[in-house]
Amino acid sequence: MAELRIEQLVLQQDDFRLTADWSAPAGRRIAVIGPSGAGKSTLLNALAGFFPAASGRVLWDGQDISRLAPGDRPLSMLFQDQNLFPHLTVAQNIGLGLDPSLRRVDAARVEAVMARVGLSGLGGRKPAQLSGGQQSRVALARALLRSRPILLLDEPFAALGPALKAEMLALVAETTADALVLMVTHDPGDARQFADETVLVAEGLVHPPRDTAALFADPPPALAAYLGRA
Amino acid sequence: MARRAGALIAAGLAFLTLGPVGIVMMQAGEGALSSADYAALRFTVLQAALSALLSVACAAPLARALARRRFPGRGVLIAALGAPFLLPVLVAVLGLLAIFGRAGVVNGALRGLALPEVSIFGLGGVLLAHVFLNMPLATRMILQGWQAIPAERLRLAQSLGFRPADHWRHIERPMLRDVVPGALLAVFAICLSSFAVVLVLGGGPSATTIELAIYQAVRFEFDLPRAAMLALLQVTVCGGAVAVAAWMTAPGGFGAGLDRALELHPPRGWRRLADAGVILLAAAFLAGPLVAVLLRGLPGLMALPHAVWPALMTSLLVAVLAAPLAVGSALALALGRAQGTRWLEPAAMLPMAGSQLVLGTGLFLMIFPFASPAAVAVPVTVLVTAIMALPFAYRMLAPEARALVADYGRLAGSLNLRGMAALRLLVIPRLRRPLGFSLGLTAALAVGDLGVIALFATEDGATLPLVISRLMGSYRMTQAAGAALLLVICAFGLFWICDRWGRGGTED
Repeated sequence: MAELRIEQLVLQQDDFRLTADWSAPAGRRIAVIGPSGAGKSTLLNALAGFFPAASGRVLWDGQDISRLAPGDRPLSMLFQDQNLFPHLTVAQNIGLGLDPSLRRVDAARVEAVMARVGLSGLGGRKPAQLSGGQQSRVALARALLRSRPILLLDEPFAALGPALKAEMLALVAETTADALVLMVTHDPGDARQFADETVLVAEGLVHPPRDTAALFADPPPALAAYLGRA
Repeated sequence: MARRAGALIAAGLAFLTLGPVGIVMMQAGEGALSSADYAALRFTVLQAALSALLSVACAAPLARALARRRFPGRGVLIAALGAPFLLPVLVAVLGLLAIFGRAGVVNGALRGLALPEVSIFGLGGVLLAHVFLNMPLATRMILQGWQAIPAERLRLAQSLGFRPADHWRHIERPMLRDVVPGALLAVFAICLSSFAVVLVLGGGPSATTIELAIYQAVRFEFDLPRAAMLALLQVTVCGGAVAVAAWMTAPGGFGAGLDRALELHPPRGWRRLADAGVILLAAAFLAGPLVAVLLRGLPGLMALPHAVWPALMTSLLVAVLAAPLAVGSALALALGRAQGTRWLEPAAMLPMAGSQLVLGTGLFLMIFPFASPAAVAVPVTVLVTAIMALPFAYRMLAPEARALVADYGRLAGSLNLRGMAALRLLVIPRLRRPLGFSLGLTAALAVGDLGVIALFATEDGATLPLVISRLMGSYRMTQAAGAALLLVICAFGLFWICDRWGRGGTED
C-alpha cells in the first residue's frame, strides 16, 4: 500500500524551527494538533509545496515529491479561507479540479460530485450567494474531483458552527475513504470524532502519529499542557 | 509563468532604455557643451523647481477647502481634478493662450483698463502651463493626506476645543510635512522633462529646457554628438530626481483610524468666504482654458485641414498599440514582483530616469546609419510611448497584483492554474478594473502626447498633436483649436471606453 514518508524534514524561518520524521499509509485519517504558532499550518504548507523545506524529503509511494510544483503533487489542500474564486460560478470552481483551463470539463462529472456533497442545482451560483457550509462543500467537491491520494485540511471548517463542522467532517470521512487525510485542528473533539491517529506538533517537533484514543488517554507533557491538564 | 514573462520583459525594457542611453554615452564623447547648454540645464531645474513650488502652493489651500467644505458639485470638481492628466498638453497650452495670450481675454481686459499687458511667453508662461497641468495632481495628493487624517483625531480635536490655529499646528502642519515633499517631487520630476509646453511657450536663449535643446540639436542643427551630450545631461538630472524620490519615503505619523463618519465643524466667518474664493478661483482657472478651446474649436471643427485625418489615424494607431503594450508589460512585471522577484520593481521604474527625447535620441542614433528615421517614426513612437507609460501602469497595477497573489496565489498553485488559463480565469477577471483604468490612462496619454514623434516625423507620418503644433506655429489658431478639440474627444473617448470595459466585470 502506498504511504507518505516524511524523511528528516526540517522547516526553518528566522528563529522558528520544526522537524518531522515519520510515515503514514493511504486511507488513514490523521489529526494534527498542537498550540498555536507551533507550526501545524506550516507543516501542511510544506507538504503542499508552499513552504520550502530547509532539508529533508517527502515521498509518496516511494517517489520524492518535494521538488514538484504544488499543483503536480499527489494531494489536494483546503485552506483556512480563500478556497474559492469569487468571480467564478460554483460549477466553474469545481470544474477547475478536472481541468484548470476549464476547456475540457465533463459537466456530468461536475453534476455527479455536486450531488454527492449535497449541492445539486447550485452550479450557476457565485460563492457569495452560498452559505458558509455550502462554500465548504464546493471546495470539498473540487478536491473529490481531483481525486488525489492525499487530502490536507488546514482548518477549512473553522468558521462553521459546531453542528455544521461535525457534518462536514462526517462528509469528508464518508467521501474520502481511500485517501490519506491530514487535518489541522485545535479541538480535541474533532480529533476524536474524525481521526484514527493524531500527530502532535509542539516544541519544534512533529511527533509521529499515535492512536487518537490512546494519545488523549495518556497525553505527553506538551499535549497535557496544551489541553490544560498539566 | 508571470515570473518568467516578467523577467523577460524586464530584460527587454532594460535593453530598450539602457541601450539608447549607452549609444548616447558613446556618441556623447565627441560632443561638447556650450554655455547655451548650461543655460538650458539651469532653466530646466529652475522652471521645474518653481513649477513644483507654485503648484503645491496653489494646491494646498484648494485641498484644504475641498477637504473641509461640503457643497453641491464637490464630487464632480474632485473627479475633474483627474482630467488634466488625460488632457493632451498642447490642448492645455492652446486654452491658456486663448485666455492669457496676446489676443486673449486677460490682455483684452488689461488693455480696456489701460494697464500694461502680460506676456505668456518665456518663464512666466511655462510656469503658468505647468501649474495648470500639475496643480490638480498636487491637489489630489494633498487632499488624500487630509482625508487620511483619522476621524478619531478630528473628534479629539473637537472635544478639546481646538481653534483653527491649534488645528493647523497640531494636525494640519504635521500632515502637510509628510505629504508636501512627495507632491513637490512628483511635479518637479514631471516638469524636468517637459517638452510640448516649452516648445510652444518657451524657446530662445532664456527659456529652453534640455528636452527642447535636444530637439533643436537633432532637428535644426543636426548636431547628433551635441544631442547625445544633452541627452546624457537629461538622464543625469531625471535619474537624480528619481533616486531622491525613491530614497524619500513619507512616514505616516497619524496612526490607524477606524474611519468613523464624522460630522465636520469647519470654521465659519471669513475662513468660509476664503475657502469659497479659493474653490471658485481654482475652478475658473482650470475650466476657463478648456471652455476657450471648446468655443474656439467648434467653428474650427468645420474647417479642419486635410492633414488632420491621416494624423488622427496615426495617433489612434499609436494609442491602440502602445497602451496594451505598456499595460501588458506592466502587468507581467507587477505579477512577477508580487510572486517574489524583487528586482522587477526597479526595472519597471527604469524609464522614469529617461525621457521621451532621450530615448528618441538614442534610437535615432541607432537607426540613422541604417534607415531613414522618418520611415520608422510610428513604430518608434509606439515603443517610446509604451516605455514611458509603463511606470505609471506598473504603479497602478502593483498593489492590485500583490493582493491577487496574496489572496489566490496558493489556491491557483494548488490547482495548477497557470499560464494563459490563469490569465483568462483569474488575472483578467480579478484585475479588470485597474487594467481598464490603466489602459484608458495610457491610451489617452499616447494619443495626446507630443514627444519623440517630433524628432522623427516628416510632413507625412505625423501624429495629431504634431499637426496641431504645426498649425499653431503658422498661427492658424482656429484650425488648431478645432484639431485640439478632436484630440480631446479622442483622448477622453479612449479613456472612457477602456475604463468602462474595466467596470463591466461581473460582481462577485
